[in-house]
Amino acid sequence: MTMTDIPEMRPKPAVKASKPLFDGPEWNFDLIHEVYDAIAEIGVGEMGLDIYRNQIEVITAEQMLDAYSSIGMPVMYRHWSFGKRFAHDEMYYRKGARSLAFEIVINSDPCINYIMEENSMTMQCLVLAHAAMGHNHFFKNNYLFKQWTQADAILEYLAFAKKFVADCEERFGVPAVEAVIDAAHALMNQGVSRNAAPRRRFDPAKAREREIRRREYEVEIYNELWRTLPQSKPEAKAEEVVIDPSPPIVPEENLLYFLEKHSPKLAGWKREILRIVRVLSTYFYPQRQTKVMNEGCATFVHYEIMNRLYEKGLVTDGSMLEFMHMHSAVVYQPGFSDRGFSGFNPYALGFAMMRDIKRICLEPTDEDRQWFPDIAGNGQPMETLREAWANFRDESFIHQFLSPKVIRDFRLFHIRNKSEDHAVRVEAIHDEMGYRDVRRLLARQYDVSQQDPDIQVTDADLSGSRRLVLTHFVRDGILLDKDECDRTLMHVARLWGFRVRLVEVDNMTGAKLREHETLPLP
Amino acid sequence: MNIIDRRLNPKSKSLGNRQRFVRRAKADIREAVKDALKKRKVSEVEGSEKISIRSKSVREPSFSHSRDSGSRDMILPGNKDYKVGDLIPKPQGGGGGGGGGQASADGEGQDDFVFTLSKDEFLDLFFEDLKLPNLIKTRLKDLKSPVPQRAGYTSDGPPAKLNRVRTMRRSLARRIALRRPKESEVQQLERALAEAETDVPRDENLIAELRAKLDRVLRLRRTIAYVDPIDLQYNRTERVPKPATQAVMFCLMDASASMTEPLKDLAKRFFMLLHLFLSRHYREVDVVFVRHTSTASEVDEETFFRGVETGGTVISTALEEMDRIVRDRYSPEDWNIYAAQASDGDNIPDDMGRCLDLVENSLLPVCQYFAYIEVSEQIGFGDTIVWDGYKEIAERNKHFAMRRVTSPSEIFPVFHELFSASAGA
Repeated sequence: MTMTDIPEMRPKPAVKASKPLFDGPEWNFDLIHEVYDAIAEIGVGEMGLDIYRNQIEVITAEQMLDAYSSIGMPVMYRHWSFGKRFAHDEMYYRKGARSLAFEIVINSDPCINYIMEENSMTMQCLVLAHAAMGHNHFFKNNYLFKQWTQADAILEYLAFAKKFVADCEERFGVPAVEAVIDAAHALMNQGVSRNAAPRRRFDPAKAREREIRRREYEVEIYNELWRTLPQSKPEAKAEEVVIDPSPPIVPEENLLYFLEKHSPKLAGWKREILRIVRVLSTYFYPQRQTKVMNEGCATFVHYEIMNRLYEKGLVTDGSMLEFMHMHSAVVYQPGFSDRGFSGFNPYALGFAMMRDIKRICLEPTDEDRQWFPDIAGNGQPMETLREAWANFRDESFIHQFLSPKVIRDFRLFHIRNKSEDHAVRVEAIHDEMGYRDVRRLLARQYDVSQQDPDIQVTDADLSGSRRLVLTHFVRDGILLDKDECDRTLMHVARLWGFRVRLVEVDNMTGAKLREHETLPLP
Repeated sequence: MNIIDRRLNPKSKSLGNRQRFVRRAKADIREAVKDALKKRKVSEVEGSEKISIRSKSVREPSFSHSRDSGSRDMILPGNKDYKVGDLIPKPQGGGGGGGGGQASADGEGQDDFVFTLSKDEFLDLFFEDLKLPNLIKTRLKDLKSPVPQRAGYTSDGPPAKLNRVRTMRRSLARRIALRRPKESEVQQLERALAEAETDVPRDENLIAELRAKLDRVLRLRRTIAYVDPIDLQYNRTERVPKPATQAVMFCLMDASASMTEPLKDLAKRFFMLLHLFLSRHYREVDVVFVRHTSTASEVDEETFFRGVETGGTVISTALEEMDRIVRDRYSPEDWNIYAAQASDGDNIPDDMGRCLDLVENSLLPVCQYFAYIEVSEQIGFGDTIVWDGYKEIAERNKHFAMRRVTSPSEIFPVFHELFSASAGA
C-alpha cells in the first residue's frame, strides 16, 4: 500500500518543440553543461528560483562513502566516530543492502553539489534539478538558514577546524584530543542556543588569531626555572586567557557554550575544540528543523522541472520513464504496520504537501476555501510556495499548510502511548473531528525542541564545591534513558572537572523525579 | 556554474578515521578476532575477515529520552480501519517498535556492529602479542645487515635514481643564467619574419635583421642544451650497517604414509601460519624446511608445502638432519635457533631412544625453543610413542613445549599458546 499520490505522467505534448538533449545513459561534461542550462532556464527563468552559484563536482562511489562518513562535509577534522560510520556504511553498501544517495549538496556559497560518476544521464539531470535548483534555492532563501548559517564561511571554518584538531593531536597526543571530541560530540544536541540566532559571525581568521595569541602567551610565560619548583602551577595562569571572568548566567541551555566559557580547569585548546563542535552543531541546526521542507522543496522542484523538460521535448520518453521510476521510489511512504516502516519519509510528506498547495492555489475545493481562505484559488502557486519556503520551518509549515486532503491521502491517525498501559489508544483519525488534532500533533512531532530533552545548567558553584547542576525539565513524564544519561554525564564531568549532578524535574509540577550524579575520573 | 572532476582525487580520505576507529575498538576487536579464528578455514589465512563486535567502546552516548516512561502522542501514517477510541495492544516483551513505540531507526548502538577488517589489520591483530621466545643471542659477529639510507645527492648514478626535480631545477637555473632563448621567442621572431616577408612593400633591411636575429637565437638554442649533463642529479643512498638479531627456524615435518591427507593438512596449516608470522614480523629470520619419511632432506618452501611423498617413519633422521645443518651453517654462538616439529606421533619403536637422545642432548642445548605439535584425527586412547617419550623431556626442559591438535579450529589457539609473548620464558 502506498499513500502518496502516484505521480502520473502528463500527456505527451502534441508537438515536440525541439530535439531531446540526450538519449541513453551515457553522460559527459558538455552534456551536463547543456542540461544544466536547460534546467536553469526553467528553474530560474520560469519558476523564479533564487540560487547561489553552483559548483558541481563529479565523484566516485568510494568518495561518496567518504563524504557520507564525515556528515557530508568535504572537509572535516579526524575522529574515530567518522571511521565507525564509514565502516558501517561501507559494509552495507558492499553487501548491496543499501544504495548510495545520488547526490550530496552542501549549504555553502558557491553551493557544492556532489554527483556520482555511476549515475546515468537521466539521474544526473534529476540530481541537478533536485540539488542544484531545489536545495540550493531553499538554502539561500529559508529564514533559518539565513539566520543560522554563513554559507560563504563554513568551508573555510571547517578547514581551520581540521587543521586545529590535527595540530592539537600533534601537540597533545591523539587520545587526549579524542577524549575532548568524544565529550563534545555527546553534547552536540545541547550545543545550540535555540532562542537566539548566533549573534556574531564566526570568523575563521579570528579563530586562528586567537589560537596564535594563546600559544604566544604560553611561550611568553614559559620559564625553564618554573619546572624546577615543585608546587608552582604556571599553567593555571595560562588558562585564564580565555575563561570568562564574569559569573556565569544560569539557566543556560547551551551546555557546550557554558562549558567552553565557564569550565574551571579546561585548557585553552580544549575550549577551542568545544567551540568548533558548537559551531558545527549550530550550522546543522536549521537542517534538523527543515527536513520535510528542504526535501519537499527539492523533490517538488525536480518533479516540475523534469515535467517541463519533457513538455518541451528535451528529454526522451525512455528517460522520463526512468525518472518516474526513481521518483516514485523516493516519495514512497510505507504504512506504520509495513515492515519497511521507519517513521515518516520527509520526501513523501514534503512533496505531497507542496503538490497540494499548488492544487489549492489552482483548483481549490470548497473544503480548501474554508481551510485556506487566503491562498485558495489565488492562481499563484509558485509565489505561494516561494513564500512558504522562505518563512517556515517543518513545525510551522505543517501547522499552517497540512490540508485535510493530505491527511486523508496518508491516512494519518493519532495514538497515545502511556508507559503504564498495556495498549495504545487511538485518539484521532482522518475525519472532521480529527484533522486539527492530527495537524497540531504532527507539527509538534517535527518540533526539534520537543524531540531533544530539555536540559539546562541551573547552578554552578564556582567559588566553593565547584559542583555543576543540570536540570532536565521532564515533559509528559518522559525521563532520560538511564544508561545513556550516565555515560553522557561522565563526559560532562570530564569537561567540567568536578562533581556534576543532573536532576530530573517535572516541568509542570516541579516535582523531583530522579537524580544522577557523577565525579570525573581522576 | 562550473564542473570539477574530483574522481582522480586521492581516495580513502577517511583512512585516518578508520585507523582511529580500529585503535579505539581494539580490545573488542581482539575478542572478535579470537572468536572468528575458531571458525576460520585454512585457505583463508591470507584473506580479510568480517568482524562483528559488541560496540562497547565505540558507543556514542548522548542525552536521550527513555522508551519506557511517560506518555507520548504520535501521528502515524497508513491507518487501515482504526476508529477513535480503539485500543491497540502493545507488543509483549520486546518493548519498543511495532504499533506502539516509535520504531527504532537508530537501534541505540546495542546491536552488534559488523564490519570488515582488511587482511593487514587482521594479521596485525592476530600476531600482535606473539614473538619468538628467548631471542637473546644478540652478540653478532661482524655480520651486520646493511640498510640503505638516503644520503643527499650526487652527480652520477644509475638512471633509476635520477632526481628529476633537482635536475630540472639546475637546468632551469643554468638556462636562465646563460640566457637560453625561449621557444616563444623563436615563434615570435618567426611570426615577425613571416609578416615582414609578406608585407608590401618589402622592407629588405628589416627582413635581413630579423633573419640574423632568428639565426642567432636558433644557434643559441642549439649550443645551450635544455638539459646538460652537468644538470644531472641523482639520489644517493648509503648502506648503513645495522645490527640485527639472527634467528633460524627449523620446520620439521613428518611426511610418512601414516600421516593421512587430513593430518598432513593440519601440519601444513600450522607451518603456514608459522611461516606467515615469521616473514611478517622478523626480517632477519632464516627458515629451514626439513621433511622426513624414513629418510630426511632439506627442501625448499614450495616442496615442503606442496610436495607429495610418502614412506616409512624414522623421526631421528630429521633430527639428525637438523643437527647437521646447525653444525654446518648455524653456529649456536651466533644464532638463535628455533625448531617446530610436527608428526602424528608414530615412529619405529627402535628409533625412539635415538630420537630422545638427539633432542635432549644435541638439539635442546643449542635451541632457544623447541615446539612439538602432534596431529591426530581424534583424541586417541593413551599417548603415542613420541608423545610419551617427549613428555619426560618437557618436564625437564622449560623451553620444550608440546601440544596436540585434532582439528583445524585448534590450530590458531595452539599457535597462540606456543608463541604468545610469555611462552618459553
